[in-house]
This record gives sequence, structure tokens and C-alpha cells, in this order.
Amino acid sequence: MQPYIKHTSIAALMDRSNVDTDQIIPKNFMKKVERTGFGINLFHNWRYLADNITPNPEFELNKPAFKGAKILVAGENFGCGSSREHAPWAIADYGFNTVISTSFADIFYSNCFKNSILPIIVTDEQLAALMAEIAGNEGVEFTVDLEAQKVITPGGLSISFEVDAFRKESLLDGLDDIAWTLKHEEQISTYEAAQRKRLPWLWPSA
Amino acid sequence: MTRTMYEKIWDANLVHEPEAGSPLLFVDRHLMHEVTSPQAFEGLRLQNRKVRNVHSILGTIDHCVPTKDRFNIVDVIAKKQVETMTANCEENEINLYGMDSNQNGVIHIVVPEHGFVHPGMVVCCGDSHTATHGAFGALAFGIGTSEVEHVMATQTLQQKKAKTMLVKVEGKLPAFSTAKDIALAIIAKTGTAGGTGYVMEFAGNTITDLTMEGRMTLCNMAIEAGARAGLVAPDQVTFDYLEGKEFAPKGDEWPMAVEYWKSLVSDEGAEFDALVELKAEDIAPQVSWGTSPEQVISVTGVVPSPSDFTNEVKSQACTNALKYMALEAGQKITDIHIDVVFIGSCTNGRIEDFRAAAELLKGKKVADGVQAFAVPGSFPVKVQAEKEGLDKIFIDAGWEWRDPGCSMCLAMNGDELEDGQRSASTSNRNFEGRQGKGGRTHLVSPAMAAAASVAGHFVDIRDWK
Ligand code: SF4
Repeated sequence: MQPYIKHTSIAALMDRSNVDTDQIIPKNFMKKVERTGFGINLFHNWRYLADNITPNPEFELNKPAFKGAKILVAGENFGCGSSREHAPWAIADYGFNTVISTSFADIFYSNCFKNSILPIIVTDEQLAALMAEIAGNEGVEFTVDLEAQKVITPGGLSISFEVDAFRKESLLDGLDDIAWTLKHEEQISTYEAAQRKRLPWLWPSA
Repeated sequence: MTRTMYEKIWDANLVHEPEAGSPLLFVDRHLMHEVTSPQAFEGLRLQNRKVRNVHSILGTIDHCVPTKDRFNIVDVIAKKQVETMTANCEENEINLYGMDSNQNGVIHIVVPEHGFVHPGMVVCCGDSHTATHGAFGALAFGIGTSEVEHVMATQTLQQKKAKTMLVKVEGKLPAFSTAKDIALAIIAKTGTAGGTGYVMEFAGNTITDLTMEGRMTLCNMAIEAGARAGLVAPDQVTFDYLEGKEFAPKGDEWPMAVEYWKSLVSDEGAEFDALVELKAEDIAPQVSWGTSPEQVISVTGVVPSPSDFTNEVKSQACTNALKYMALEAGQKITDIHIDVVFIGSCTNGRIEDFRAAAELLKGKKVADGVQAFAVPGSFPVKVQAEKEGLDKIFIDAGWEWRDPGCSMCLAMNGDELEDGQRSASTSNRNFEGRQGKGGRTHLVSPAMAAAASVAGHFVDIRDWK
């Protein structure tokens, strides 16, 4: 996994709530058996006109000012619906590494951390201020400092956010979750042996 | 100290709680389908890792399967997904009810049919509707593909403890109201984010009166309320359902298991972090009018207006939904005309659902211009329905009787709405484009869907002949 490094990048504005994973990556683009290449179909149904090729000029992320954005600022309950990890794959593949909202759906939230994406939860007032700053100055760049847990804007906002300490370390180090868990192999084996005795019907008879 | 059922399952499955880092929760059962697993197998191969407990996994192929001419998958990428799933399961000796198995069907229908999930288990699947299995008193939830890989390699998940919410429903349901209507009414009350961060336990005499099928429908939709999982306490209904099934405990182990399962029920006086209460009497048949499962109302109601919502976000969401759904505020729900009717999915694709629909369809005909199709959740459901002659009732009424699969629940298999078409659907999501780009979905129970197919618009089945 890519380590998450402090960066200053364009913040794109998506003033919609309940953006669900079906919108993030419609299911007709989920049939690939690889993890990459989903970015081109990120927000497909909003992003392209009926011919499925021409960018829809009305769609916010198609604005030239948001080209190259790494930060996505969106309304509440982002990432709800289907558990598909294709959603964070598409977001990362498109180029975002940070999503800011007032709330995220659980599965999406934890999927982000597995893909070097930082989901940042802010208050309603903070979100409104961030959105207002982008709306007033499209193309503005925000700084995201995970180490210090801060979002800093040229407009003078300095927003502190919470993030689980373990997830933060994993993001900063680009650590592989499975390798971390396998360090606890002994505890897992002990648990299994005990469960075999306690609930033998869960195990194939030896 | 008193504990809730969630806390008991958590404690029983906690492998390790390190000082720094995430608690590790043991996973007892891992369900799998073709869409969210290939990248996980790929990951294992690249790292030279093995599947740890093969017996814990059960797989099926369901999302991409056409429900007509099922072996003829025209989409080459979908075909590749099916082949990849089959090959991955073969290579790892995983129990797969694949394309040519007579047990094939939608994962959350197939798994209970075989008694693969028991009370107290931690169950996961790369699929949000894993919540279905909470009906058995198992802690069952959806995970992402990286976690699918993690479970295969370690048999554990890095988990954070959730908060608990007690959802209590008491009283007798009105005629024709079903578990689906309870689920929709709960979501209307909590909102689709209301359950975020919580595990919901459904309790009260309305819930204990439900069949296992009904409990599965209810827990299936817990995820639409944003909850991590739903739970129903195991009782005699649960035990009777499981007894004798292929993967249920047998012989001397059966009474041991039942005793253990009984011990999992939330203690008297156990504290929950939140409480939601509903009266069953208030739950009329529900119809969703918007593009989120919380945008739902009784069949007796009218389409709301943005000004009905004091919350600005919800008001804006109403405006957007009315536009997408092509509905007018104030329009009666029973005046909404439909083009397509779909009965199926892991929410309402069980035998009980087809019985309820057939009851209403007997001797009736589908309205002019309406296309209706029934998709059993699995081959065992299909076979049972045919044994009871239900297929004839559907076909005589002008319905199509299809083969199992996810079908138009998510429309990645050829079954989909055309741009602008409107459906009455027994599935679980009415998101924009879920059933086809530009398609408009109204979520309802099987009986409501059946009646709508005949009338051509929604009707209050309680006073419909
Ligand atoms: S029927 Fe629908 S909700 Fe259920 S598993 Fe299939 S696609 Fe998912």
C-alpha cells in the first residue's frame, strides 16, 4: 500500500448528500477481476452524457477547475449502499486520496483505509465553510496533514479531525493489514483450538 | 454484569485485543460470490498466502447469472467473472454451489437453506446484505474485498466495537403488512444513516411472531438503515428451522448447541446505546417514492413535498428525488402507474414470498402494458414453488417464471429497466439507476407487487378485490 503523505491539492466540491456506491461506480462496471482501471467510470451515470462518452458539462467534477483534484468534499452519508470495494478503487484510481464529509457509511469508511484513502469527518459548520471556500474560489488548494490531523485552507480555516490511532499509523506507513494480523498467528491458533473444544460442531470432524 | 446479544457474540469471538492496534475478531463463516472475491484471491496468490479454513467458506454464483437462458452469458467480462470464481473455488477446494449445481441461487437465500449459519457465529461476506443472517442471531455483516482477502488468510477481521440499538416492535400487524413493511417503516423512522455505527437488535412480540423467512427479510434491510448488522434473538422458531439441515449440528451435538444458543440472548435489563420503538398497528403496507429507502410512505399516503421536511438536506433530497422519479408532490401513491414488476432478490425471493404473491394473483391477469417477472431466490425455492403449483398461477396471470439469480435487484445480468421505466420491486434498493440507467424503482412487499401488476398502479391490497 502507498503511504499517505502530507499534501496540498485541489479540492473538488460535490454538494450532494447520500452519494451511494452505486453512483460512485455503477454495477455494469464492476465485472472486472482486477483492482485497477475503475477510475474512468467513477460517477459514470452523472459524469457522461447519454452516449456514455461525452463528458456531461453539468457534472461538477467535469469542471476544468477541479481537474487533478486529490481532495473530494461532499455532503453527508457519503458511500452508503453496496459494500463494493470497487467504489474506493474507482475513487483512488481517478486520483482522489482524501474525502471530506460530515459522515460516511461504515463499510465504505473502512474500505477507504485499505486503499490509501483518508476519509475525514468534519462538523456541519466546518463542511459548510469548506464548501463555501471552494464555491467562492474554484480550484483552491487545501492542505491535508494526517500526522497533525489537520485540514488547512488558504481562506484561513484550520480544521482538526479525529482518526483512529491504529488506522492513522497504517495509512502513514502504508502497512499491509494481513501482515500485521499474521503477527498474531499464535493467538489465532490458540483461539481455534479452544473453539474446537467448546463448539466442536463448527469444525469438520477430524 | 448484563450484556446484550451483540456483546456476548463479540466476547465469544474476540481472539485478541492488543494494546496498540485493532481488536481481532474470529470469523466462523465466510460467504462468497463472484463479484467481490476475484481480487481477493488474486491478492492471496501474489503474496503466496493460503486459505486458512476452507470449511468456513460457502460460495455461489448469482449476480451475473441471466435468469433466462442462464448459461448464455453474453457479456464477456461477466463470463470471465463466473469462470474466475469457479476456478478459484476449485483451486482452493471451496464448497461452491456453482452454475450447474441444483442448489445454486442468491447467496443469502442459499446459505440458510443449508443451515450453514447458526446463532452466535460471526459471519461475513463481500456483500452488504450479509446482514440477512442476523435473523439467526448471528453477527453477520458485509465487508470489502481487501477484508475478504484478510479473512481468507487469517480467519479474523480487524474490527471496532459497534454501538447497540434496540428496535422494539410490539403489537399485531395489520392484514397484508409483512416483514418488508416493518423494515421500510423502521428505515422511514431512523433514516438511512440512523443506524450508522450501530448493530440493531430487533425485538418485541411482532418480531418473535415472524417466521424465519420474515426475520431474514427484516435483517436483510438493516443495512439500508445504515446499521452494521441486525440481530434477532434465537428461539424455538430458529431451532426448528435449523434442525436436520445439512450443516446443522447433529446427534449429541444438537442439544449442546441449542443450549449454547439459548445462552446468547440479551440479558434482562442489558443496556443499549439507543432505543427505537414502533407499534405494529401503525405499519400499513409501504411504498417507497424516492431514491433512498428512507423515502417511503404508507400506501394510503401521498408523495411528500420538499416543504414537508424541516431538515434542509432532506428537503433538498426530496426535490432531487421527485425530479428523478418524475413524481408530483401531493400525488396519491395509488395513482402511480408502473411498467415493470419484479418479485425476487435476497430480500423477498423465498418460498413464503411467492406464496403470498400467488395468493393475490389467482385467477387474475396482468394489466395491459405491464411486464411482470418472478425470480425465485434459488433452485430449491423454484422447485418447491413448482411442487405447490405456484408457477402455474404466475404464468396464467401473464407473469414470466424465471430461473434464480440476483436479476433486476441490481441489474448486472441482462434484467434491467429501460430509461424512464418505473418498477414495483421487492428488492431492497431504490437508488438512482440501481435497476438500469434512468430506471425508477418503488420498493414494496411481494403482495403489493403482485396487486400492482394486475391493477397497473399501486393499490391498497387491504380493500382491493
Ligand atoms: S439479490 Fe440483490 S441485494 Fe441480494 S445479493 Fe443479489 S444483488 Fe445483492
